[in-house]
Amino acid sequence: MTELTLVQGINRALLEAMRSDPDVLVLGEDVGVNGGVFRATEGLFKEFGADRVIDTPLSETGIIGTAIGMALYGLKPVAEIQFTDFIYPAYDQIVSELAKFRYRSGGQYPCHVVIRAPYGGGVKGGLYHSQSNEAYFCHTSGLKVVVPSTPADAKGLLLTAIHDEDPVMFFEPKRIYRAVTGEVPDGDHRVPFGKLRIAREGTDVSLFAYGAMIPPALEAAERLSAEGIQAEVIDVRSLVPLDEEGIVASVEKTGRAVIVHEAPRFCGFGAELAALLAERAFYSLKAPVARVTGFDTPFPYALEHVYLPDAERIAHAARTSVKAG
Amino acid sequence: MVLIRATDDRCLSLQRQGRIGFYAPLSGQEAAQIGSAAAMEANDWVFPSYRELAVALYRGVSLPEIFHQLVGDSKDPTKGRQMPNHFAFRDQHFVSASSPIGTQISQAVGAAIAARYRKDPIAVIAYFGDGATSSNDFHAGLNFAGVFAAPVVFFCENNEYAISLPRDRQTKSATLAEKAAAYGFPGVVVDGNDLDAVYVAVREARRRALSGGGPTLIEAQVYRFGPHTTSDDPRRYRSQQEVEAAKKDDPLLKLKSLLLQSGQLTEAGDAAIWEDAKAAVGQALAEAERTPPVDPHTLLEDVFQSPTPRLVLERAELDLFLGEGVSKP
Repeated sequence: MTELTLVQGINRALLEAMRSDPDVLVLGEDVGVNGGVFRATEGLFKEFGADRVIDTPLSETGIIGTAIGMALYGLKPVAEIQFTDFIYPAYDQIVSELAKFRYRSGGQYPCHVVIRAPYGGGVKGGLYHSQSNEAYFCHTSGLKVVVPSTPADAKGLLLTAIHDEDPVMFFEPKRIYRAVTGEVPDGDHRVPFGKLRIAREGTDVSLFAYGAMIPPALEAAERLSAEGIQAEVIDVRSLVPLDEEGIVASVEKTGRAVIVHEAPRFCGFGAELAALLAERAFYSLKAPVARVTGFDTPFPYALEHVYLPDAERIAHAARTSVKAG
Repeated sequence: MVLIRATDDRCLSLQRQGRIGFYAPLSGQEAAQIGSAAAMEANDWVFPSYRELAVALYRGVSLPEIFHQLVGDSKDPTKGRQMPNHFAFRDQHFVSASSPIGTQISQAVGAAIAARYRKDPIAVIAYFGDGATSSNDFHAGLNFAGVFAAPVVFFCENNEYAISLPRDRQTKSATLAEKAAAYGFPGVVVDGNDLDAVYVAVREARRRALSGGGPTLIEAQVYRFGPHTTSDDPRRYRSQQEVEAAKKDDPLLKLKSLLLQSGQLTEAGDAAIWEDAKAAVGQALAEAERTPPVDPHTLLEDVFQSPTPRLVLERAELDLFLGEGVSKP
């Protein structure tokens, strides 16, 4: 075990994967000599050189198109999109190409690319350095989508992603890159996809969150506990594949669900969770499913503290749910 | 080349008869495709667009395999997942084609960089049309290839039209090949109806790629004799006169007269080649039409390496649906 920040967990996963497998390489903007604008790839260039830690021209479609070609050839590229807000030029490559290669070729051409993309607000990044666009990718069949919230999961989920056989969107909560520290297992620590993490056990209401919304959800649970409400905090962490059994099981226990994400509410990932609960946990629900999310606006600059869900908004929704029935 | 022309002729009428759903003809582009394919080696990789049927055939894909895909039957290597002409043949390193324009260009660059990283002595060729030179990935791919000196050959079949849009509405550049200069590597214009000229140009580009010289852009100037696809009516945007003029440079006629002159072919021999080609097309079609349709249960396969719990649930739903006869395949 080593005490690391979340971004160090990511760095450690890349380092260990590259040491153990020469097919693993990293490409993106400023990932080499500079070590990445968030320092996620720090030290890799020095150890592995320019052929494996590739500074690319400024073109997201070029980065992902190139990574796809590498993966088709048999390498295991880990592409960094500097901010997920800038991923859209590569959207065609991700949605039309990466996600569909295995299917459209009848299984002849699997295409395993890991795309790392820092996401989310709370860093005074305004419209274009703050977005949570995970739902676009969850809606695309053929992509796996994961979001860590702890240093151990950052390392463990990324190692699983790198050794997976399918394309993986790996969204990194940049707001808590350094704000969160924790013990991280040494060596080949892998966290399986499709399994949620119970961040805090509780009996009265389930708070579903992921990424940078885990700390405020835990803070909300702490406040609620003082009021006699025991909230269960579920770190969904694997959006695709989703731990549907685990989600349903939590609500069967608590009877109440509050879903939290930074992204706008309308057609956000929470809508899928709410639909799942309506389909499979309807008779366990004692209160309507609540969503605490970003507003249905573009991401604001000056008012981001108002836009983003915080512990009080989450706690308020949980109290309302408990009062409802 | 005769076999390809015969396939084109037959497929256009098959589509009109409703026996295949769609077809993208390549008549007029045979010499460009065969000349370039011949210049590459079996271990090289091909990133095609949806018009490279001739390249697939040259690389050893059989005509029945082509027809299984065109018909979309249970022997289609792509399992009926894509429209006709969107081939994928792993054994021939013929990578899965898609409909979006130009996306394969940057992918080819990635494969070329990967091959060099693995120290495999191969080159990669990317095929695309004149329209693709306006796409994001043409710019991104050529730019990356230049920066990384990727062992890749960019082969543009300039057939003068992107659906209805003539080449001079695609770019103000005098040639497409000259765009390579901006990316720091050579661009070459070649008569795409001249089999030998295409072969020589691609062979040289391949040599450069493998010797560390980096990429080359080749513009093979051809003319699309037929429609863009069977969904297109070219009479709306070009005159029959123009088409007839272009057909004077038909690569098949060009090759035929060359072979007649050199005594390597007789008129009778040519007629026999045509008869054989038509027969081969007929047999391949008959074989595909005899083959059972795609099993509807394959619908949910190959989304991921193994199905997610969600897909397992959907499989049960599908089985129920099919089993109860609610929906007949």
